[in-house]
Amino acid sequence: MEKKGLNKVGLIFEKIDAREALTKAFNMSNDEIIQQILDSGLKGRGGAGFPTGLKWKYTAAEKGPEKYIVCNADEGEPGTFKDREILDRVAYKVHGGMAIAGKTIGAREGIVYLRGEYRFLLPKLLMELEEFHKMIHEIGYDFKISYRLGSGAYICGEESALFESIQGERGEPRNKPPYPTTSGVFHKPTSINNVETLVTVMMIVMHGSESYKQLGTKDSRGSKVFSISGDTPMPGIFELELGMTVQEFVNEFGDGDTKAVQVGGASGFCVPRKKFTDTIIGFEGVPTGGSMKLFNSSRSMYNVLHNYLDFFAEESCGQCTPCRVGCQQLLKGVEKVKKGEVKSTYLNELIKLADTMKIASKCGLGQSVGNAFRTIVENFREEIIY
Amino acid sequence: MYQTGNLVKELTEKHGRERKSLIPILQGIVEKYNYLTDDAMVEVAKELDISAAEVYGTASFYSFLDTAVRGKYVIRVCKTITCSMKGKGEIIQTLEDMLKIKVGETTSDRMFSLVETNCIGWCHKAPAMLINEMPYTDLTPEKVVEIIKGYMNK
Repeated sequence: MEKKGLNKVGLIFEKIDAREALTKAFNMSNDEIIQQILDSGLKGRGGAGFPTGLKWKYTAAEKGPEKYIVCNADEGEPGTFKDREILDRVAYKVHGGMAIAGKTIGAREGIVYLRGEYRFLLPKLLMELEEFHKMIHEIGYDFKISYRLGSGAYICGEESALFESIQGERGEPRNKPPYPTTSGVFHKPTSINNVETLVTVMMIVMHGSESYKQLGTKDSRGSKVFSISGDTPMPGIFELELGMTVQEFVNEFGDGDTKAVQVGGASGFCVPRKKFTDTIIGFEGVPTGGSMKLFNSSRSMYNVLHNYLDFFAEESCGQCTPCRVGCQQLLKGVEKVKKGEVKSTYLNELIKLADTMKIASKCGLGQSVGNAFRTIVENFREEIIY
Repeated sequence: MYQTGNLVKELTEKHGRERKSLIPILQGIVEKYNYLTDDAMVEVAKELDISAAEVYGTASFYSFLDTAVRGKYVIRVCKTITCSMKGKGEIIQTLEDMLKIKVGETTSDRMFSLVETNCIGWCHKAPAMLINEMPYTDLTPEKVVEIIKGYMNK
């Protein structure tokens, strides 16, 4: 296993000349840009980790004049706040990344879907957008971006629910296929990318894929912005090279008493102390959209699990039965175990239910509830029961 | 209750009368009046030529598009894990004592509503809350008292 240790990186927030990067991109052919992104090994930074180059390649291959590039800024995963910081500090690079994506896939229009909780940022972002439109006009390229606001629904971070929301509907995920690359927003070919992914693209175009590839491991190229919170003396935003172990992470950010790290938010995985040294943070180990929550020994993992299940029971869109009923039953189930109303072996039944949700749920929400459930129950069984 | 007057017409002029305009129009009403009345939703339905049930169905999906009465300032306290670990309970208690309402309620003068919400993206500065769109972070009971006093004197 390739290990990299903990290295701080300053790529995402690096100041660059946007005009220079965009001019460089516009002088490249679309195939060249796609090849460069493929070579870089960049995988989507929202959490799911789909190769960005492939997404663009598929969308570019679609026929038809109307295509869209959508920036997913509906950052709602508990413990994630890096997109807010990126938009606050380097929105020009987000807009620039969208223009590069637009040119590459053949889209003239981009939409940023910003979560309603970040509405306070909008006036500033619109000012930056005006500057961007001015610049892109001067370069002589026709591309427009508009902002759409969410209204407090976690599920709208799921790509097809986000499209529904932009179209003025309830944010209920669609069946897949068709995938967004063929039928996305307004049922047109769409490339939907995370805020950080778009900034990373800008940096790859600026510095080349070779230098980017030097960072990270074979399965997890590059660096990633982490949102660090919980029991840590250094909560905040840190850009780190991918490929470190949880132990190395805890050595830097822990408070000396870390008993578990929740990697990837409520829909992610709980790593207990005994697994810190052999777990790599990245696609070969535990993947993350950036959320890292540290818990020390004063915390009850029952409370953590209960909080996550309460979150999912509220945020499930209710469209498909496994998720709607499953989230409620898992929540009630752990409460019953805690109160001693059922035997502790009932937890095994609940794990089976979580596994069923993984197979039977329509979208990533229901499919990933079992990640935290299984890893917390398996590693902290006594804390759930007693 | 409030009368929307020309607001719905103005918003449809601005955002258009297509289905995709629905959420920005509803957001525009909530930005001004903090919640949606039945009358306002019926008016939007008429303007967009869709059924009122479609408007209600969409609005009721989104937690920020309230269809229950809300005060001028909607306080949303984050209840997700980090805020919960770092003293959300005390923050809620302070707000309840100060405003003399419980979570989910609105003061009788229709100035404040107090609700809990899921992660608002300020875990590194927990506990946190939103008052309308403004975030307040690193909260302590003392800080909350100062902030609310500020709103009371507005």
